[in-house]
Amino acid sequence: MIELISRDRCIKCDACVEACPDNVFDSRPHEIPVIARLEDCQTCFLCELYCPTDALYVSPLRDDRERVDEAALIARGLLGSYRRALGWRGLKASGTEGDLSHRLAEPDGTPHPQ
Amino acid sequence: MSPMADDIRLTTDVLVLGGGPAGAWAAIAAAESGASVVLADKGRVGTSGATAAANTAVIDVAPDGKSCEHVLKRRLDKGLGLVRPDWVERMVDETHSQLGRLAGWGYAFPTDDRGALYRGSLRGPDYMQILRRRAQKLGVKLLDHSPALDLLVGGDEVVGGRGVGRKGGPWQVRAGAVVVATGGCAFMSKALGTYGLTGDGLLMAAEAGAALSGMEFSGQYGISHVAATVTKNLIYDWATFSDESGRTLEGEDIFELLAEHLPRGPVYAIVDKATPSIQEGLRRGQPNIFLPLDRQGVDPFRQRFPVTLRYEGTVRGVGGLAISKNGATSVPGLYAAGDAASREPVVGAVSGGGGPNSTWAIASGVWAGRSAAAHSAKLGAHAHERRAEPARRDGSLEGGAPAPEDVTAWIGVAQSEMFPLERNFTRDEAAMRGSLDRLGAAWRAIRAAGPASHDARLLRRRREAAAMLAAARWIYASALERRETRGIHRRRDYPQLSPGAPARLEARGLDRVAVESAR
Ligand SMILES: Cc1cc2nc3c(=O)[nH]c(=O)nc-3n(C[C@H](O)[C@H](O)[C@H](O)COP(=O)(O)OP(=O)(O)OC[C@H]3O[C@@H](n4cnc5c(N)ncnc54)[C@H](O)[C@@H]3O)c2cc1C
Repeated sequence: MIELISRDRCIKCDACVEACPDNVFDSRPHEIPVIARLEDCQTCFLCELYCPTDALYVSPLRDDRERVDEAALIARGLLGSYRRALGWRGLKASGTEGDLSHRLAEPDGTPHPQ
Repeated sequence: MSPMADDIRLTTDVLVLGGGPAGAWAAIAAAESGASVVLADKGRVGTSGATAAANTAVIDVAPDGKSCEHVLKRRLDKGLGLVRPDWVERMVDETHSQLGRLAGWGYAFPTDDRGALYRGSLRGPDYMQILRRRAQKLGVKLLDHSPALDLLVGGDEVVGGRGVGRKGGPWQVRAGAVVVATGGCAFMSKALGTYGLTGDGLLMAAEAGAALSGMEFSGQYGISHVAATVTKNLIYDWATFSDESGRTLEGEDIFELLAEHLPRGPVYAIVDKATPSIQEGLRRGQPNIFLPLDRQGVDPFRQRFPVTLRYEGTVRGVGGLAISKNGATSVPGLYAAGDAASREPVVGAVSGGGGPNSTWAIASGVWAGRSAAAHSAKLGAHAHERRAEPARRDGSLEGGAPAPEDVTAWIGVAQSEMFPLERNFTRDEAAMRGSLDRLGAAWRAIRAAGPASHDARLLRRRREAAAMLAAARWIYASALERRETRGIHRRRDYPQLSPGAPARLEARGLDRVAVESAR
């Protein structure tokens, strides 16, 4: 579930509010968004991906809360790690040319089981 | 209702409900046929649905030649007698030609180790962002964060839909034709990307009189780290499973293996059979697989980690609205595509594996979008003069409005009948009859409850609860009728495949669910 919106990094653009498919955040005038309905978070990591300043952290845990420490997350290279792994530039989809999924296909080219 | 909430009223040629790949392709195809299009999604077109979060393999083979034959043979083998070859061929052809267009819209396909373009995998967030942009460019009007709650009908025709916006404001769209592309039903298990997939479109279409098929092929679970949500089964093809004591668990089918051992105690996986090249392929192809593992400090190639099965229902299952070849349901003006439609003609009794679902989402989306546009064009100006009333029959005024706790309890009933492996991975008559009794009681309660408040979340949740109860009842009612084990419908009391050509099963009805064989 979403565990962190960094006060230092957030620029109040509300991209996460828009991106979340489950309406977990509420936007607030002149303030950083608030995690208003944590129980609705499905842990899809897409708010994090859509954050232009890598201010969000989604813990992978579905049901349990995880106490997170921003400095430690930064030290472990976890803030923005999904975006970097995909090769996104800002909010723009990019980096698919480096996708090596073809190695996972069967020798005849049939896509591998899902 | 909040004072800031809008009240949206629109008229359009084609209304598409759900903006995953199927809905996005339907909207694009309808707009390219010259129709005006409104696309409403419960979440946001681009991030919502199973593809956006998951990534999908897709079947990309040229129409003739060896690989096409191979795909067909594979589908026929896996489908166990229910696959129709002409449907598979049409699906593969349509998708092959549509995939070519994606590059032009900005999707950068990679090249394989021999330097050939590889289009057999679509990265979800990228693919969906590009489809969103394409739809917008064609003038499709997007309603994000706007779940549909009802179809509008006039006589026996579907004439539009309505729902609620994020702030609680209602929206209503009169349309010449409606495409239901709301995805499958995974009962809010939080399997990756499926939380909003509660079968709403199946319920809305059934209220208008549409039938479902293949609902029994839904004993579908995905493998995930025990604490997480990422149900990417792919890596487990290179895994070894073991129990608490470290003893290796062997079995031909990893899902059956897990379903057998999980009720007895923890099961662990280690991805120890992946070569360095495969490891790199996984990391650079499917980074979402590693999010839960890296973040918990697990190295899946060297350490074993506990896994579980999460229910996916009809998402990587089969069942949905029965459609004819042009995407039409049996209700005039109503079309269906993607996981909301029955994939039985292309996958038969087994769905996940090899990319048939994403391929179907593209092809069926295009078919439904084109047909809906043609239907609307035929109606002409008369389209919006037709009578319009909600197809829904519940929420009559007799009962008091349900409280949030009631809605949560109804959702809990559906989940507790559908999630347990011993009930739904392997089924038997007595257990299913018990489930159907309890599901029926919850269904009657939700039908008798009065209208919900104007709270957007409660309105949405109540509809989701009803949709999940309805889907659960179609699933078990169909599963009771199929007295055999076939594909992802497994019966403890009928463990064999029946001889001879299998019949299809069609389910319909809400207060009374009826299941009939069809050819
Ligand atoms: C982990 C995982 C991996 C997968 N891998 C593969 C693969 O490799 N190959 C493959 O072929 N398939 C795969 N699939 C299946 C594939 O993702 C689906 O078949 C595909 O997403 C179906 O597209 P769709 O548009 O029908 O539904 P979805 O993509 O699920 O989209 C449905 C949309 O409808 C919206 N919606 C729901 N209810 C409403 C409502 N009431 N009003 C408005 N909108 C609504 C949702 O918000 C969502 O945006 C995978 C699925 C999962 C979960």
